Amino acid sequence: MEIAGTLRTAREMGLVACTSCTRVWPAGTDRCGRCGHRLHTRAPLALQRVWAWWLVGVIAYVPANLYPMLSTRTLVASQEATIVGGAIEIARHGNWGIALVILTASVAIPLGKFLAIAMLALGVRHGSALSGSRRQQLYQVVEYIGRWSMIDVFVVAILASLVQLGAVASVSPGPASLFFALSVIFTMLSAQSFDSRLIWDAEREGRRA
Amino acid sequence: MTPLDVPQPLPPAPQAIGPDLAALIACPRCDAVYRAVQPGPGERAVCARCNTVLIAPRRRAGQQLIAVAVAVVVLVVAATLAPFLAIEVAGRSNASSVLDAALAFAAAGPVAMLALAVAALIVFIPVLRALLVIYVLGPVVLDRPPAPHAAAAFRLSEELRPWSMAEIFVIGCAIALVKIADLAQVHFGPAFWMFAALVVLVVVQDGFMCRYSVWKSLER
Repeated sequence: MEIAGTLRTAREMGLVACTSCTRVWPAGTDRCGRCGHRLHTRAPLALQRVWAWWLVGVIAYVPANLYPMLSTRTLVASQEATIVGGAIEIARHGNWGIALVILTASVAIPLGKFLAIAMLALGVRHGSALSGSRRQQLYQVVEYIGRWSMIDVFVVAILASLVQLGAVASVSPGPASLFFALSVIFTMLSAQSFDSRLIWDAEREGRRA
Repeated sequence: MTPLDVPQPLPPAPQAIGPDLAALIACPRCDAVYRAVQPGPGERAVCARCNTVLIAPRRRAGQQLIAVAVAVVVLVVAATLAPFLAIEVAGRSNASSVLDAALAFAAAGPVAMLALAVAALIVFIPVLRALLVIYVLGPVVLDRPPAPHAAAAFRLSEELRPWSMAEIFVIGCAIALVKIADLAQVHFGPAFWMFAALVVLVVVQDGFMCRYSVWKSLER
């Protein structure tokens, strides 16, 4: 790859880049002539969108933790478990490893994602202690991990379809599964709305100032 | 290749690098512009500023991607209908297919919406993506002109990428198994192994896909 002169951004060169197919066009071009994607030097209202999705994601995460995720009925008992309650129950039975995995996947990772996205969005506005490439890495991690949170919802789906043994044992999904799925989807949309080019704009302005 | 230090404020001067914008490539993640140099097969061109992979061509990638896409369609359709997991407790047993798993939410009132979403994420979107890849790359591999609306089809396939979650579902199965292992006896159905193969294929599909090469080939 050859740098065209010194490293410059498309915007500095009076160009606009297509984020879908990497082709560049003169600034002001409306649609990419190669792939038909809408062109914007920077995604319009990117940060507002990020915060809007982020907020509904956080809001949906609250009932996801308050309502039961699964209700289990067996011959002797019936019980409903929330995410954290279920993990504690498993830990009481001595399965510390599994309890830890559940807490990591359903509590630590979602909370970490909320924090990371907020940090990235705030960093664009107010500067950040982390370097551009560190923040870019953080963004890529958030984007990559985001979809994996759906695993909880799939586990509920599998258990509810599999454990249908009439009176002996049956599992059905609780309302928290819906809120958890919504929270994951909203957080994914929040991360996707973020325009990572803003990280580098802020960095460059900071260095020049 | 090292990142260059940033000089003093740059005047916007597109003319300085010539009028041929088709020879340039912009990093979609940080907006840095390069003169595109096609790396050899197996090599990769990486953004000097943010390390995003820009071009990563592979020999015969088109044929391989089509083969993988066909396999994905066959596996998902077969795995959706065949029994997936089965359990046995105290003489009672139940087998469940992927479709049953998606429809587990359908019975439960307000959570019914989720049934549709789960079915889309683990069955429809992966199949749709595979079909789009076949549609786009088919003519390219055969040295024909691109199919009508191939660009829009490929863009849709790329936009759906994060929403195709078949491989996450497979790992979800493993966790579900651990959860009920001491409660009941669990048997794997044929569909479980099909889905396990699918995980490998999805990883291969994403690893072989060089988007820049696809867009280049659609330009003709």
